[in-house]
Amino acid sequence: MDLHQLWTIVSTPDNVPIVLLLFVVPFYAWYGLRQAFANDRLIAQLEGNPEMAKTHHRKIQPFKAGWTREVHVWPYLLRIEFLAAIIVTVILMVWSITLNAPLEEPSNPTLTMNPSKAPWYFLGLQEMLVYFDPWIAGVVMPSLIIVGLMVIPYIDANPLGNGYYTYKQRKFSILTFIFGFIVLWVSMIVIGTLIRGPGWMWFWPGTTWDHNRLIFEVNRDLPDLFGIAGRAGKIIFGAVVVGAYFLAAAVLIHKLITKTAFNRKIYARMSVLQYVTMQVFLIIMLSLPVKILARQLFRIKYVWVTPWFNI
Amino acid sequence: MPETNGNDGKPAPPAAPAAGNGNGAGNGGKVAAVVAGAKAVKTRAVEEMKGAIKAPEKTDLWKSVLRVKHDETPRSRALGVLSNVFLHLHPAKVNRDAVAYNYTWGMGGMTFYVYITLVFTGTLLMFYYHPSKVVAFRDILYLDSDVPFGKLLRNMHRWGAHLMVIMVELHMFRVFLTGSYKKPREFNWVVGVLLLVLTLLLSFTGYLLPDDQLGFWAVTVGTNMARATPLLGHGGPFGPQMGMTPFNDVRFGLLGGSIVDSNALLRAYIWHCVAIPIIASAFMVVHFWRVRKDGGISGPAPVVLESEIKEPRKI
Ligand code: HEM
Repeated sequence: MDLHQLWTIVSTPDNVPIVLLLFVVPFYAWYGLRQAFANDRLIAQLEGNPEMAKTHHRKIQPFKAGWTREVHVWPYLLRIEFLAAIIVTVILMVWSITLNAPLEEPSNPTLTMNPSKAPWYFLGLQEMLVYFDPWIAGVVMPSLIIVGLMVIPYIDANPLGNGYYTYKQRKFSILTFIFGFIVLWVSMIVIGTLIRGPGWMWFWPGTTWDHNRLIFEVNRDLPDLFGIAGRAGKIIFGAVVVGAYFLAAAVLIHKLITKTAFNRKIYARMSVLQYVTMQVFLIIMLSLPVKILARQLFRIKYVWVTPWFNI
Repeated sequence: MPETNGNDGKPAPPAAPAAGNGNGAGNGGKVAAVVAGAKAVKTRAVEEMKGAIKAPEKTDLWKSVLRVKHDETPRSRALGVLSNVFLHLHPAKVNRDAVAYNYTWGMGGMTFYVYITLVFTGTLLMFYYHPSKVVAFRDILYLDSDVPFGKLLRNMHRWGAHLMVIMVELHMFRVFLTGSYKKPREFNWVVGVLLLVLTLLLSFTGYLLPDDQLGFWAVTVGTNMARATPLLGHGGPFGPQMGMTPFNDVRFGLLGGSIVDSNALLRAYIWHCVAIPIIASAFMVVHFWRVRKDGGISGPAPVVLESEIKEPRKI
């Protein structure tokens, strides 16, 4: 156990935000889901009791007959904003007084930093470089993440859960988002920051960063595993495998989308265009964990090898 | 200077009702009248001052600045918000539950506040920073050691930037969990995604500016990805077939060269200090405007039951 190494990593000024992330993301996930479950209990109650559904104000917020429905922005909202501004200022001040922004040696193109890391919010993408070529990890995936986020409102055909926390009424979308945001995005950032060391090698927290460590990984291409030689053969084989993955993933996702009676009801509301868009983005999102597993379990480097690109 | 003797150097007393005929007694009367006049003026001034201090809201100056009365009536409270350019993005009244912290977590508002502090500290930093390879690093050293409060300034800008990225992501998480992107707020979610991207780009372009090893290699790693852009990068699929070389592809366009050097520093500076802040501010204005126009904050709304789903409208 190398506590010194651990402390060096955790206390590197630019890593402090990730240590913060480690706390605030779970906290807010809990904070939101707690309200979601409270609402779910209320929903269950109202569904079991139609009389109550007619008269209840249908919120978990406290309610008394005779309370006005609206309050003045001044002072009831502005004082909160003012208070929030003061608190944020104090936090930022204290943080800035106690911790100095990093400044390394002057830039030097001839002296490579090892590991040389992107800013922390891009480390998820840099971590993806382990599993995909730069054109996928650095260009295609980021673009798809951006576009994929933008299409969410247009492919979510579920009208429930608009304006209140709920889990029960939006299981599929909530789980998908948590998978994408927390499991893929945030945890890859954490791995990239706290675990990846020199040579982008995996160092468990507490182990020493050994700059001379070498790992001999024999990563193989899938066509070679199957003994397929020749350029055309590899191209066709790769296309077939990728096509097969798309098909299998599509079937799996379709099964998930139509698993429960409620989900089938939502599915029936979707247009063909919505459905296809959703499938494409979900299949591509799923390809990341699939490729990670393929690498970790079977040491596969590429599945589709062509003279122009490799996947 | 002796050449001004007698009354020559002073202006004639303005109010001398009995025009003196030139002897001493007449002069004495004039002085007394002037003193009495001055006393009267002084008492009036004191009275007015007292009045203004006691009830400043009655003065023309006050009224001209604030335009409306600020007393305890509902009408004044509403007008106080609506007639103020900074507050008028707010409605006069909001749903009583919408002010609950646990619904929005205040995340969007705090993101905006951090953005404002960043603009403020960033502007101050600009007074000390030259975007030139020769002096950029030295300017940072200077800021850290010699400029009064320079270190605090730089730290606040740095940590504020990190804080903003974290807050934007949490804000997005909240908006998703509350389903606030659903009708009629679909487009505001799209604007939000653009703001997220702009926030990341702001942070990224700023990373290079200290011109130290950290920023240099981070930006080198980051922009090396652009090399691999399909069709448009010289290392990407079909890039060479499109005639891409290190000297004409997208990476060259971003860096203003084939390596991260002085042109890249200048470009990062302009994107960071001018272009992206303007674009981001514009989108923020749209974002807030749309929050209002889409009917204010989405909730906390009354829960809807599964049995109450309406049939979708067919197009
Ligand atoms: C610079 C970044 C951003 C700023 C300053 C900002 C600011 C705000 C503010 C002040 C609100 C009012 C409610 C609240 O405080 O939560 C709001 C609402 C909203 N934001 Fe953002 N936002 C930003 C980024 C985003 C992002 C990244 C998304 C989503 C991808 C987003 C989507 C929305 C939506 C849909 C609403 C309406 C929510 C509702 O009605 O409940 N915003 N934003």
